[in-house]
Amino acid sequence: MAIFLNENSRVIVQGITGGEGTKHTAKMLAAGTNIVGGVNARKAGTTVSIGGKDLTVFGTVEEAMKETGADVSVVFVPPKFAKDAVIEAIDAEIPLAVVITEGIPVHDSAYFWAHAVAKGNRTRIIGPNCPGIISPGKSNAGIIPADIAGAGPIGLVSKSGTLTYQMMYELREIGFSTAIGIGGDPVIGTTHIDALAAFEADPDTTAIVMIGEIGGDAEERAAEFIKANVTKPVVGYVAGFTAPEGKTMGHAGAIVSGSAGTAQAKKEALEAAGVKVGKTPSETADLMRELITAG
Amino acid sequence: MDLYEYQAKDLFAAHGVPVLPGRTAETADEAAAVAAELGTAVVVKAQVKTGGRGKAGGVKLAKTPEETKERAEAILGMDIKGHTVHRVLIAAASEIAEEYYFSFLLDRSNRTFLAMCSAEGGMEIEQLAVERPDALARVPVDAIAGVDKAKAAEIVAQGKIPAAVADEAADVIVKLWETFVSEDATLVEVNPLVRDPQDKVIALDGKVTLDENAGFRHPGHADLVDQRTEDPLEAKAKAKDLNYVKLDGEVGIIGNGAGLVMSTLDVVAYAGEKHGGVKPANFLDIGGGASAEVMAAGLDVILGDPAVKSVFVNVFGGITACDAVANGIVEALKILGDAATKPLVVRLDGNNVLEGRRILDEANHPLVTQVDTMDNAADRAAELAAAGV
Repeated sequence: MAIFLNENSRVIVQGITGGEGTKHTAKMLAAGTNIVGGVNARKAGTTVSIGGKDLTVFGTVEEAMKETGADVSVVFVPPKFAKDAVIEAIDAEIPLAVVITEGIPVHDSAYFWAHAVAKGNRTRIIGPNCPGIISPGKSNAGIIPADIAGAGPIGLVSKSGTLTYQMMYELREIGFSTAIGIGGDPVIGTTHIDALAAFEADPDTTAIVMIGEIGGDAEERAAEFIKANVTKPVVGYVAGFTAPEGKTMGHAGAIVSGSAGTAQAKKEALEAAGVKVGKTPSETADLMRELITAG
Repeated sequence: MDLYEYQAKDLFAAHGVPVLPGRTAETADEAAAVAAELGTAVVVKAQVKTGGRGKAGGVKLAKTPEETKERAEAILGMDIKGHTVHRVLIAAASEIAEEYYFSFLLDRSNRTFLAMCSAEGGMEIEQLAVERPDALARVPVDAIAGVDKAKAAEIVAQGKIPAAVADEAADVIVKLWETFVSEDATLVEVNPLVRDPQDKVIALDGKVTLDENAGFRHPGHADLVDQRTEDPLEAKAKAKDLNYVKLDGEVGIIGNGAGLVMSTLDVVAYAGEKHGGVKPANFLDIGGGASAEVMAAGLDVILGDPAVKSVFVNVFGGITACDAVANGIVEALKILGDAATKPLVVRLDGNNVLEGRRILDEANHPLVTQVDTMDNAADRAAELAAAGV
């Protein structure tokens, strides 16, 4: 089954004609993603040939959906224009918008999130500043390398892209139902909780890895959610124990403010919810391996 | 980016928020001159990006230019929680009838903005929130609807600001919202927001944090960076577009991706516990495309840190292929030549890892050691740092 993205997903790329858009469209196609077109208002009506496939560039998301039946959009539009691109996807009511773009001002993200809420949350937003989502063997929407790991019973949700790759690599012999990078910005669409709820309901997922990092209280809230709602085993990892207060560590949202958002507090909250938390990525992978083999 | 009080007040003034006249000074004589120009009693305020300035003796009243000079002499050069005072703000002193608290901030959990308002200002907000939570109104603000006069009036009423100044306070709050949105701030805080004996509402202090992601639409924000108090290595890294944070350990770190680099710091710190307590010296994320130039720039910054005794390069090839990273390291070491003197522990994994490892093996650089797992590589880097200390 997998969550949010499967073999039936029909994917368009907003910003398909840009450097990143073109490069990753080729990689997604190679991974078997059913890409059905792209969007760029200035190049509407043209065709681009990527990875041996001719793809129509539409003027709007709405038009692309009407012509192709697309139900997923991957957004590679640069930060300056990302807000309008996401609002366009929301207005078209596409079921899933995966926003890869890094560096979107937080006022813009807060604005498009408010817009999504006002429109009744018909569009699930993943990101921004995220690597996207992969359901191995089925579909790949974003920039997660498809060859790290294959299909299997683990569901993975992470704020960080490279830690997603690292964890997939560590557990490649077991495999993943879906791996989703929710992004490291202060305001994001899909949360740890949304992914946990979906994995809990997904019959193909038997265990969950949750990766967090310093900043905000998403991990603490996820811990509360796990305690009350998740019956499947969850293994956790939190990055940033050594991060000093008041310094942004790469991700715009990764900052310890005063005593809030520390890795220690997140680890303790997760452990209190019965989640086994690894000290390092490899120890976390070992914990998951033990769970899976114990059965 | 956090601003100094005087910078925050400049932004306030530009958006019509009432502030008291004043100017900064970097010497005691300059401070006296500003006081003479203002022709009133003044407050001499240390400009440092930390709270508790008053308690530390960094905020003093002065009645005359002579007294201003004395106060400024005492405050300039003072150390407040590790921040040296290079500059004071000389602001006209005001008569204060009442002190309020006000802020707009990003509410991450609810993915919206929040107004916080209280008739009980002056004290630290964390203290107020703990001791008198009922006195602090927290009003969600919709990012699209924003704050108009009616919304501001609602915030003022919930904060229990007295009726006599409610209308004026609401006007000030609308202007603070304009500042918050049009400057792309993630925090605008006024503590205290004061009522003077003539019922004027004035922002007596100001704290503003700007969103660096929004720099593309605020070319002027770059000028607000204080080059002098910036760490020289951080400034050098920033000039090269590197995502670098200076820490206080001995193991230099280079990695790709914010999460993996944060994790690398942790793993090195754990490993360091077994090797004399060595710690990570920095955070450095070279991002997706680790070209030779980026690798060389990163190594150059890290090797420029005299505290660094060893370097750990930890790369998971996702988008980036490991062979490109390996070539980057080899080229970087050529570019740096004799400037590279510290041992490098390299761990490569992921995309094209075998080719990457082969390139490094073949180059056979005397400073480079390859270790194939993150944990073992961290241990080796910590061990080398401990030996080099």
